[in-house]
Amino acid sequence: MEPYKKHESIAALMDRSNVDTDQIIPKQFLKKVERSGFGVHLFHDWRFNDNGTDNEAFELNKPAFKGAKILVAGDNFGCGSSREHAPWAIADYGFNTIISTSYADIFYNNCFKNGILAIKVDKDQLASLMAEINANEGVRFVIDLENQKVITPAGNGFTFDIDPFRKGNLISGLDDIGLTLKHVDKITAYETRHKQTYPWLWV
Amino acid sequence: MKKTMYEKIWDSHLVVDEAGQAPLLYVDRHLMHEVTSPQAFEGLRLSGRKVRNPQSILATMDHCVPTKNRDLPIADPIAKKQIETMAENCRENGLNLYDMKNPNNGVIHVVVPEHGFVHPGMVVVCGDSHTATHGAFGALAFGIGTSEVEHVMATQTLPQKKSKTMQVVVNGELSKYASAKDIALAITGKIGTAGGTGYVIEYTGSAIKDLSMEGRMTLCNMAIEAGARAGLVAPDEKTYEYLKGREFAPSSQYWDQALAYWKSLVSDEGAEFDATITLTAADIAPQVSWGTSPEQVIGVDGCVPAPESFADEIKRKACESALAYMGLKPNTKITDIPVDLVFIGSCTNGRIEDFRIAAQVAKGTKVAKGVIAIAVPGSYHVKQQAEDEGLDKIFIDAGWEWRDPGCSMCLAMNGDELTKGQRSASTSNRNFEGRQGKGGRTHLVSPAMAAAAASAGHFVDIRNL
Repeated sequence: MEPYKKHESIAALMDRSNVDTDQIIPKQFLKKVERSGFGVHLFHDWRFNDNGTDNEAFELNKPAFKGAKILVAGDNFGCGSSREHAPWAIADYGFNTIISTSYADIFYNNCFKNGILAIKVDKDQLASLMAEINANEGVRFVIDLENQKVITPAGNGFTFDIDPFRKGNLISGLDDIGLTLKHVDKITAYETRHKQTYPWLWV
Repeated sequence: MKKTMYEKIWDSHLVVDEAGQAPLLYVDRHLMHEVTSPQAFEGLRLSGRKVRNPQSILATMDHCVPTKNRDLPIADPIAKKQIETMAENCRENGLNLYDMKNPNNGVIHVVVPEHGFVHPGMVVVCGDSHTATHGAFGALAFGIGTSEVEHVMATQTLPQKKSKTMQVVVNGELSKYASAKDIALAITGKIGTAGGTGYVIEYTGSAIKDLSMEGRMTLCNMAIEAGARAGLVAPDEKTYEYLKGREFAPSSQYWDQALAYWKSLVSDEGAEFDATITLTAADIAPQVSWGTSPEQVIGVDGCVPAPESFADEIKRKACESALAYMGLKPNTKITDIPVDLVFIGSCTNGRIEDFRIAAQVAKGTKVAKGVIAIAVPGSYHVKQQAEDEGLDKIFIDAGWEWRDPGCSMCLAMNGDELTKGQRSASTSNRNFEGRQGKGGRTHLVSPAMAAAAASAGHFVDIRNL
């Protein structure tokens, strides 16, 4: 995983709530056995017309949002299916940061496994970020994970909370499995006890 | 300290709990299907790691499999490759796989309970959000992403954040034909799709106790639709009776020991929950979803709401866009909405009890002109059981298609799908835009409601039948 660095990027706006993973990556694209190449299918059903051309009414197709790394979206982003294809598509498209008031649990976990920082803000903070983007499409925000800060030109910046374990892993780009396997002795010891306590699970 | 069932299971599965890092939780059972596993196996191979406990895994093929003409090769080459990859990965790692031709094949969350693979008190995961189903047995069961699938294969553990606890109490008796599905939809309607975010729900109350194991599975299955990490029902005599004698249930040698343990799992009297929601069973009418989110539901005797009826601006906007997508006008009576296709099946409602009740409603009727009705059993065992009871004949005589098992139209990956503008009555779990096919319009209902809609050609208040 790429270490997450401080960056200044265009912030794209999706002023919709309850964006579900079926929309982020529709089911017809879940048949691949690889992890890569899902970005071209991100938001497929909203993004493209039936004839395959770009749907100009879809917000992410606005020229001002081209190259955005930050996605600002409405409440409960990523609800529905557990498909990790959703964050794979988001990351492959070029986003590394999402800002919303809330996320579905599984989606939120999946983001951090794929180098995506999902920032939680309150309703007022989200409203002011949305207003700033609406007033100035193409505006660039600074994301400083080390200091847990979002900085905006109009001064709508703030400090955000994040679990220190998730933060550390994003900054170092560390592999979760490697970290867990440092505890392999404890896992083995647990299994020994587990076999004695619940023998019927092991026959 | 008094503990809830969730806290008891959590505490007994903690492997590492140290300051400065996420607690590591031990995983007893790992369920798999073809869509969310291939990249995890690839990751394992690339890092030179092995599956730690192959016995903890049960795999099936369900999302992409055809539900008819199964003897023919799979037409879609990408789906075919995914199916072949699954078989190869399971063979290479020595995993128990019920492939497409296996008599045990079916939808993962239908197959697993049939074999007694999940017991009370276990921690169960699967790369599938509807893993919550197995909470019906008093197991902590939740969906994970593919990176986590790889993590569990390699370590048999997962770093987890402890959830808050929510008690959903449903007391009293359900009205005629109202079912577990209606309870699940009514809960989602009441608390919203984010209402359970950060929580594990425990369903309690006399109406929950009265549910069969199949009903409890339907209810817990949709805990995720209310945003919850998992749903739980306390194990009781029905649970033990269901499990006894099944292939992976404790043998007679260990049965009493297991039973004593299971009985100790029930939430302590007076244990505190972080939130409590109460519903009265008698108030729950058969539900129909009218929008593009499972929280957009109403009783069958109601009308499609008007956007202005929502005080909250976000909900008003969501209603507007849902009605536009669904092609519905405000204040239309639910019973005036016509249907083009009826689907009974899925991990929510693909069990024997679902086909029994649907057959009871369908018996002696004919599918309305212009309507397509398909019944897709959740597994080959469900299919066989239904055929032994003559249910297939009732459906076929009424003009239904009687298919082979699979996820089918629940998420429409296998070619069974709606075309643009087609409207379904579906016993599945999600009505998101495009879920059953691009431009398709889904109304979520119970099996009895689906069967009644098939013969009438529109929704019907089955309480009046």
